[in-house]
Amino acid sequence: MEIFAQQIVNGLVLGSIYALVALGYTMVYGILGLINFAHGDITMIGALVSLTVIQLLAAAGVPAPVILVLAGGSAVLVCAILGLSIERIAYRPLRRAPRLAPLITAIGVSILLQYSAALIWGKQYISLPEIIEPAQFTIFGAQLTSLQAAIFLLACTIMAGLLWFIKASRMGRAMRATEQNPDVAGLMGVNTNTVIAFTFVLGSAIGAIAGLMVVLYYGLGHYFMGFMLGLKAFTAAVLGGIGNVGGAVLGGLLLGIIESLAAGYIGDLTGGVLGSNYRDIFAFLVLVLVLVLRPSGLLGQPGGERA
Amino acid sequence: MQAADILLAATGISKHFGGLAALTDVSISVRRGEIFGLIGPNGAGKTTLFNVLTGLYAADAGELAFDGQTITGSKPHRVARQGIARTFQNIRLFGGMTALENVMVGRHVRTRTGVLGAVLRTRGAAAEERAITRRARELLDYCGLAARAGTLARDLPYGDQRRLEIARALATEPKLLALDEPAAGMNATETATLRKLLERILAGGVALLLIEHDMKLVMGLSHRVAVLDYGEKIAEGEPAAVQRDPKVIAAYLGGTVV
Repeated sequence: MEIFAQQIVNGLVLGSIYALVALGYTMVYGILGLINFAHGDITMIGALVSLTVIQLLAAAGVPAPVILVLAGGSAVLVCAILGLSIERIAYRPLRRAPRLAPLITAIGVSILLQYSAALIWGKQYISLPEIIEPAQFTIFGAQLTSLQAAIFLLACTIMAGLLWFIKASRMGRAMRATEQNPDVAGLMGVNTNTVIAFTFVLGSAIGAIAGLMVVLYYGLGHYFMGFMLGLKAFTAAVLGGIGNVGGAVLGGLLLGIIESLAAGYIGDLTGGVLGSNYRDIFAFLVLVLVLVLRPSGLLGQPGGERA
Repeated sequence: MQAADILLAATGISKHFGGLAALTDVSISVRRGEIFGLIGPNGAGKTTLFNVLTGLYAADAGELAFDGQTITGSKPHRVARQGIARTFQNIRLFGGMTALENVMVGRHVRTRTGVLGAVLRTRGAAAEERAITRRARELLDYCGLAARAGTLARDLPYGDQRRLEIARALATEPKLLALDEPAAGMNATETATLRKLLERILAGGVALLLIEHDMKLVMGLSHRVAVLDYGEKIAEGEPAAVQRDPKVIAAYLGGTVV
């Protein structure tokens, strides 16, 4: 029972990070029908930028809260500009092209980002300097650090804010209108190019925050870290129903929990043959099962217009 | 007739899709304050002409002038800003948004808040947002949909969906409202309600361009009509005269002109 509670807590924290990244996939898919495979790597850039800022400022003796704010701010800024440029340069010229063309371009952008990062940061793991010493406390019999709690709360705040923004703001309305019918939205005076560019900026900025969280959570960064993170977040988006913002949140949290539970019990279940390092199997098992049993995802509409 | 009376002038419009001539050298002009009917058999090119007028298609040849300005080749959101709004033959609402939100999207043409203002919720943006909501509610009320504000567009009954499209188009403050078969699929009561609504819109100073198969409605409402057949204009004039035109009768009955 203690393992169970512990893995649920771990899963929620990890899942909230997946959910943040999944939002970037799902928003772009909703509006363009494009799977932006470079999104995981944008998150990686966010992670490495914040790592660099933390290293520099920690060496200069800046207090930890200031470091974290500046690291997050720089990551958001870099990723927002990156997202904006990628949309403008790589995807917009292909807006009316067959769907395979932007998909392959997305894979190209992903590889470009990975190897640019390898050039800038090198191919070795970069570790996080010790800037914070998280307090430990116990909740429902599970150990939780103040860092985990902060990650979870911040992620929830961002997700709630985003849901509200899409529901209630003028820009959110324009995003939904563009998603449902870009031609008619244009006729109503919505500048769909601006809306699409904004969607990329928003998704990338949220991905940057997720990148910072990953760095703080695992204490490591690497030029290839965006690959697995991106695939898992994509799985989360598909699980929730790709294109559905609430679904990305649900899918992310669920995937985090499934993965943590699996990691906690896999050793017992297989008599020690498989260890918790096989946890990644479960994310993709989920992806396969969703695609077979319910391709539209938990909150997606079966047989929707974009299916 | 004074040139200033002309609101919309389409001159020599042609549009081909591959080998198919959808429109050949079609000219129409709509005056301020009138209802102009556009009729013709199915496939005559009426909707294509609408798509050209509203910037969804670029014409292969011809000129478009609206309210004294050339709009040939303008993008849809620019045409909307100039003052042409439309509805669709196959209803094209934002199905997953409420009736109120659909109309609010229509206000985009006339409002200015940029991305930053919308994100940061500046005081100006908040005031504008309130004004948008108020105006959208007025328009729902005007079209008899006040009670439906919170309903998702896709859940509305058919007749309400048609009127919601009109409310959304009116939200762009058009000078010309182009309606593509607004009475299609409506029963007699709904058509009568629609007719009253169209007359009220006209009285409010908006000219109407009307594609309609309900002959009683279009002939009863229109000041002038033009008839398209196989992408060409075969007649234009007052409804009574057009109805007697042998070419028109032939087009509708499928005979040849004697």
